[in-house]
Amino acid sequence: MKAASFLYELPEDLNTALQLLNSSDIDVLPLAGGQSLMPMMNFRVSQPDLLVDLNKIDSLKKIDSDSNSIKIGSMVKYSDMEKSDLIKEKIPLINNVIPFVAHSAIRNRGTIGGSIALADPAAEFPSLLVSLDATIELMNIKGTREVKSEDFFTGIFETDRKTNELVTSINIPINKSPKKFGFYEITRRHGDYAMAGAFVTTDGDKKEFSNSRVVLFAVSTKPLRIIDIEVFLNGNLLNDVSVQENAIDIINGYEFEGDLHNDTEAKKTYAKVSLKRALGELNG
Amino acid sequence: MTGPRFDFDKPGKYIGQPTKRGDTKRLLRGRGKYVDDLTLPRMLHAAFLRSPVAHGKILSIDITEAKKVNGVIRIFKGSDFIDVVKPYVGVLSHLAGLRSPPQMPIAIDRVLWQGEPVAMVVATSRAIAEDAVSLIEMDLEELPAATNMETALDKEEPIIHSEYDSNLSWERTVDVGDVEEVYKRDDVTIVEKQFRFGRHTGVPLEARSIIANYDPSENQLDVYYSGQAPHMMQNIYSKHLNIPEENVRVISQDVGGAFGIKIHTYGDEFAATAVAKIMERPIKFIADRYESFMTDIHARDHVVNGKMAVSKDGKILAIEFSDITGIGPFSMYPRTSAIEANQILNLTGGPYVVPNYRANSRVVFQNKNMMCQYRAVGHPVAMAICDGLVEEAAAAINMDSVELRKLNLIKDNAYPTTTASGLKLDDLSHHKAINKLVEMMDYEKLKDENNKLRNEGVHRGIGFVSMIEITNPSPAFYGVGGAHIASQDGATIRLGAGGGIHVSSSVTEQGQGTNAILAQIAADVFGVNIDMVQVTTGDTKTTPYGGGAWASRGAGIGGEAVYLAAEALKDQVLDIASVMLQSKPEDLNISDGNVVDIGSDDNRISLSDLARTVYYRGNELPSDMPLELIATRHYRVTDMPFVFTNAAMAAHIELDVETGIIKVLNFWAVEDCGRVINPMLVDEQIRGGVVQGIGSALYEECLYSDEGQLLNVTLADYLVPMAAEMPEIHVAHIETPTKTSVLGAKGAGEAGTGGAPAAIINAVNNALRPLGVTNFQIPMTPNRMLETLKAANFK
Repeated sequence: MKAASFLYELPEDLNTALQLLNSSDIDVLPLAGGQSLMPMMNFRVSQPDLLVDLNKIDSLKKIDSDSNSIKIGSMVKYSDMEKSDLIKEKIPLINNVIPFVAHSAIRNRGTIGGSIALADPAAEFPSLLVSLDATIELMNIKGTREVKSEDFFTGIFETDRKTNELVTSINIPINKSPKKFGFYEITRRHGDYAMAGAFVTTDGDKKEFSNSRVVLFAVSTKPLRIIDIEVFLNGNLLNDVSVQENAIDIINGYEFEGDLHNDTEAKKTYAKVSLKRALGELNG
Repeated sequence: MTGPRFDFDKPGKYIGQPTKRGDTKRLLRGRGKYVDDLTLPRMLHAAFLRSPVAHGKILSIDITEAKKVNGVIRIFKGSDFIDVVKPYVGVLSHLAGLRSPPQMPIAIDRVLWQGEPVAMVVATSRAIAEDAVSLIEMDLEELPAATNMETALDKEEPIIHSEYDSNLSWERTVDVGDVEEVYKRDDVTIVEKQFRFGRHTGVPLEARSIIANYDPSENQLDVYYSGQAPHMMQNIYSKHLNIPEENVRVISQDVGGAFGIKIHTYGDEFAATAVAKIMERPIKFIADRYESFMTDIHARDHVVNGKMAVSKDGKILAIEFSDITGIGPFSMYPRTSAIEANQILNLTGGPYVVPNYRANSRVVFQNKNMMCQYRAVGHPVAMAICDGLVEEAAAAINMDSVELRKLNLIKDNAYPTTTASGLKLDDLSHHKAINKLVEMMDYEKLKDENNKLRNEGVHRGIGFVSMIEITNPSPAFYGVGGAHIASQDGATIRLGAGGGIHVSSSVTEQGQGTNAILAQIAADVFGVNIDMVQVTTGDTKTTPYGGGAWASRGAGIGGEAVYLAAEALKDQVLDIASVMLQSKPEDLNISDGNVVDIGSDDNRISLSDLARTVYYRGNELPSDMPLELIATRHYRVTDMPFVFTNAAMAAHIELDVETGIIKVLNFWAVEDCGRVINPMLVDEQIRGGVVQGIGSALYEECLYSDEGQLLNVTLADYLVPMAAEMPEIHVAHIETPTKTSVLGAKGAGEAGTGGAPAAIINAVNNALRPLGVTNFQIPMTPNRMLETLKAANFK
């Protein structure tokens, strides 16, 4: 379990990093926190020719906000978000979720950009960002583009990022009246990748569901936004148990892949239970 | 004996005290000396190509491309070892009928399990060796594999070893009394259950590690080895590499956990050692986590059909079971892979009076990684069978299971006695233990609480186990069967010129604190401050000959040897002091580093002054006076085959019936390991063991595909218990010293692992029974619980 040999660069500015990423003849990978990439390289699942370490690029480590959105640089670590008063104040859901992301040693190195560029379907943050309707900013040497988080994640460990692009920041809209959030994940051990998890968001100033979002994770190849449920929920009372039950029933129409420890039927059960409990959190 | 004997009634400064371990500061500062910390001049690194299939014929191995990699020195195939390694066979004569073919370190023409080494690359770094491994081209013809132990004996299954008529390695039946007569009675209640125990492994923090170095000028093999039994390995390397035993030195410095994993002959380690001899250079092999999961011995993996008959008033009348276990393609060398099954036959029902007992176990070959002894060998299975049936029987006759236990547990005043299977027992305290347990946990209140909560949809359960544990083994374990495994241990204690003592012992330290308790015993019995005690273990060249760490024997056997050696050294010191001080030896004692007068405790001479006189100014002493300030004593258990301990444990769990997830709310253990030398270390042994037991009950399982592919080879997929999920583990002790030794200490290392699974299984079933279902398969994964709950009646 030693990585195959590779070249290594540690650029100190974004432009140099983008230049390095633009090599077409060799396989280049950016290195963020390394919490997934390094083990994958040690298992030789990933064998890049060149590793571009982003850890010295300070411009990617900022958390800013204006009246409309909060902008988190891709190299911001989980532990930095955990400590950010700005995030706590503007989007408390992020703070609620971070303790469930692995363990503090991993959060001290793992970055938001690394997590979403990896796009592990069992990870919390890709689905969290879809539930918050975040926008992903990508750059290459030619310029910048923005992709809706919902469109960014395309499959298991697959995203819309081109090999010469870098995720540079994540923009999360701030609503005028704060959103209400529900989050629940099912794990056997705290900090594990979830067996299933659910995010529910809705406008915070109403008794009925309004502009709701329902996103499940760890049950599909990518964040699973279930618009059927959102449409069903909108307009109904938040605390109506029969509404919740009917919303959960909609999941029966979906098929889920099993995994090493859980069969397809169990996965469906977990999906339903996590949604039920996320809806419960919303009222709690 | 000249001076006063150690008085246990007047507790010393150390024995019985929670003395802090001397080595923790060093380990916590990163100054540990593990095998991988060591680099020898001219050292090379090994990596292995391993079989990708469970069963296959090797057609060709092409190393042309691999050899071209810069830094690759040599590549070995299985046939390269034929003239170097004498094959080894994992059988013992006292396990009559056990069969297993000879093994070699690396497969020669056939692979028998996924992960079996097929080629070994030796290179200037491990990374380069791995580069080359990926370039070896192996052509394999896949053969049909027998992977499922439950069908391995069927006629349709491929027979793994053509020299045998079936895949059976060993079978044993115990039949005592007449179970059939009991079943014929119409006044008995019979319960039957199938128990399934998953295959799991030890997962020590430090993986298996070895550096072997051979010096042809002296025909000397030095092996730095992360292991538990250095003297056993010395014998094995000598025997199978044809080097005189005296010329083999095995050194185990710090070892980062072992749990029974590091006490066997592994092909990769053996190959590395053989190559050191062939190449006359140091070879390092460190198993990575992937290799650890695939090739460290696995354990358990039993399917048991169990049956118990009880009378209407709750007397156990009969226990019967049949067990099948798959051990991989060979019986492991030298301890064999039949011991776990044998233990299950011997131990099941051991805490109770069982008038009729019939049990059978079949040990079968299969195309999977090998299985062997792992912490609490057989105990978790034996205890889960018996106490699972106890709880079923209690439920069937509508009796509280604690009451049923009390009715049937061997009385505390009934010792010595013999179990149904023939084990000799003495000095046990089941009734004291269970009484203390129910008091500690406030059982009645807890039961009421559970009942109340059940009506609110909260499903909690309480589960118990009463258990025995084999500790302090005599030669009956391995020695009688022809294995060169010592059951005695020795200690040498030397007085230094500075007044401190140096203890060297043949038992070993894997992080459990053995060295600390040896220091405590030596300090108290000899009479010095513990800061004046140094301990060396784990080196065949510098320690007395002995067994090392296995079967919970460090304190009971290694500790007793230290006790005896400390008394002997004290006698030597007092004899010399009596001459120097013109006193009678029986009027003198050693206290806090000084020779003192008994009674007044007045200092007469410091140990350093005495030692300096002997070592530097011998002219001041009579010419006929013995100068020894060093004593060696060995100890073995003679009166009994094993010294048993007992424990009573209970778990309180909550089952989330929507997700199937089980949360352990609380755990209690009352344990009797005889004299407790260090309560802090004993408590941590119990707790660590309980955590490992919870791991096996809820999390840990090596998952194989039907084709024999191991599916979980990382810590993300193989779940070990972690701190956040662990309950408070309350530990209390009953102290019934064993009469077999002066110290009276029994082992404490495996009770938690042996008992906790049964307590958890029983607690979950206590929560399930009101719903009309039960489950006796571990690990109790959420998926399995959801399956079980499908038939539940929630009213």
